[in-house]
Amino acid sequence: MSLPATQGAPNGALMELHGLSKRFVKTLDLAGKLASKLGSSIREETVYALDGVNMTVAKGEVVGLVGESGCGKSTLGRIVAGILEPTEGQMYYEGRHVATLEPAEAKAVALKVQMIFQDPFASLNPRMRVRDIVGEAPLVHGLVSSDEFEGYVDDVLGRCGLDASYKRRYPHQFSGGQRQRIGIARALAVRPDFIVCDEAVAALDVSIQAQILNLFIKLREELGLTYLFISHDLGVVEHISDRVYIMYLGRIVETAPTEDLFAAPNHPYTKALLREVPRLETRHSKFLPIEGEIPSPLEPPRGCHFHPRCPHATARCREEVPVLREIAPGRESACHLNDEA
Amino acid sequence: MGSNAPTLRVEDLKTHFFTKAGVVKAVDNVSFSVDRAQILGLVGESGSGKTVTGFSILGLVDAPGRVVGGRIEFNGEDIANADEGRMQTLRGNRIAMIFQDPMMTLNPVLRVETQMMETVLAHQKVDRKTARQRARDALGQVGIPSPDERLAAYPHQFSGGMRQRVAIAIALLNDPDLIIADEPTTALDVTIQAQILFEAQKLCRERGTAMIWITHDLAVIAGLADKVCVMYAGRIVEAGAIDEVLDHPVHPYTRGLIGSVPSRNRRGVPLYQIPGMTPALLNLPPGCAFRERCPQADGACMAEPGLSVPFDGRAVRCFHPHLEAGA
Repeated sequence: MSLPATQGAPNGALMELHGLSKRFVKTLDLAGKLASKLGSSIREETVYALDGVNMTVAKGEVVGLVGESGCGKSTLGRIVAGILEPTEGQMYYEGRHVATLEPAEAKAVALKVQMIFQDPFASLNPRMRVRDIVGEAPLVHGLVSSDEFEGYVDDVLGRCGLDASYKRRYPHQFSGGQRQRIGIARALAVRPDFIVCDEAVAALDVSIQAQILNLFIKLREELGLTYLFISHDLGVVEHISDRVYIMYLGRIVETAPTEDLFAAPNHPYTKALLREVPRLETRHSKFLPIEGEIPSPLEPPRGCHFHPRCPHATARCREEVPVLREIAPGRESACHLNDEA
Repeated sequence: MGSNAPTLRVEDLKTHFFTKAGVVKAVDNVSFSVDRAQILGLVGESGSGKTVTGFSILGLVDAPGRVVGGRIEFNGEDIANADEGRMQTLRGNRIAMIFQDPMMTLNPVLRVETQMMETVLAHQKVDRKTARQRARDALGQVGIPSPDERLAAYPHQFSGGMRQRVAIAIALLNDPDLIIADEPTTALDVTIQAQILFEAQKLCRERGTAMIWITHDLAVIAGLADKVCVMYAGRIVEAGAIDEVLDHPVHPYTRGLIGSVPSRNRRGVPLYQIPGMTPALLNLPPGCAFRERCPQADGACMAEPGLSVPFDGRAVRCFHPHLEAGA
């Protein structure tokens, strides 16, 4: 490590998040301010997207992040990838506090963390050729000289299973699966260590999804990559991840090694999620869904965020926020029920 | 009409699109039937023709597409060539459709109440009060809390899952005999999806509604359907009872699909993958459409395989089905 180890960042962790929060505030315009001065009920609206998230990703690890839409998993991914700034909390990359880095170092870290997006149709510039989509960043950042450029692009495309002879084409000339490969090639072109995959296979057909998942597994082995794999699809996460974080309304409710989590979930929300995942093995099932929907992050419930839908909720759950505590080696869960057992 | 007749029987349905570039055979010789209180899963990847099949049944195929052949028997009546007037009395009344995106069904500028009452009044001679009562009941049935107040709301005031429930409630209004659901839970979270599947199942049991559940997700079908048809490039390649097909698939495509589902595989180990991608339906080469991605393909596959019955209760379109004895 180039800097003295920072407090709270253990060795071996590639990325560490401490008490990360993100709030989106919709500020009032002039008319709104006047109205509120005059006693109207208009107030600034705050979306509590993330609330005190702690997360550790070890080098070479694949960490799955699961949650329903609106739980803040994409916001977390974007903060990790450096696209958004956290409102509170610290982020450490290889033990260095990212927010306090010198500009040159910050840029180096930003390059090391890349992101792959869900929609392969929206995330590629339709007016750029594949060659430029993939090659622009390494050229600008001086990773390759203009002499090596063509060879480098061919190499990256080949690694992602794309025919280099197509590199002068535009994105619309490719199928969904191929476009996702272009997105992966673009991320890999700057030689990252850490890749945030935000629902990277959600938009693909089953047979194409298998091809892309296999590509992720292959690239991890070849390049020693670390992934933060964000998905709502538990089957995909179970397949690819070493460890899983379950998120509900801006908070991590449970984390465990993949096998343990799927074998014996602890948090009531995780249990409900796992029970409701459709699987090939469950036939003619009697669906017994949990009631209700994820509450609005504009007004998250007091206490445990899950209590309005939880079958075991007690008075304490309505008032007191449960903290994420270790319940077994390597396993953490945020539920008051664990105190009583 | 005999009471044993299936609610819907589709025979050799052909829906082709006549484009400038050539004929797209989106649905080609598709046959299946759905009985009362039965759920049929229609599975396939994008472009396999599953949605067009649903649209053909409802007579909703637009130019340049046309149903060019086959029979669609609904309660014994052939509706493949029915005129528009007849279809209008059936659509939304005896046959209802639920779409993937509920905003395709809902008009964003009308109150839910207005849209639901319209559906009732279009098909039944009842007064507005009764129509409103029916709308209220239907919302309650699909598990929307405080239906009386929610009737006055606009679609944008509902969440995605609630909107889909409203769409389902509209489909239920006239107590149809058949519901065609086109990927209705694909855009929803698992917990909400489970709630919708629960409602669908209840409906089928309690009212005897027949259902066609169109999806790309075999796992959804596994828990819900009674039988399944797997579509590939406009044709049904395998059909049978759900347990049978999922446990002993015989068509190489079905086998590949099931094999590529992540949860079936050991963690971290590469998934089985079907090589290549779905062929373009425009000017599909002769022979088996799956030929170029199939590990079993040989010279025989240059001819188009017909639907054969390798054993009781199963239909398959393949010259080299994977049969246990011959494996």
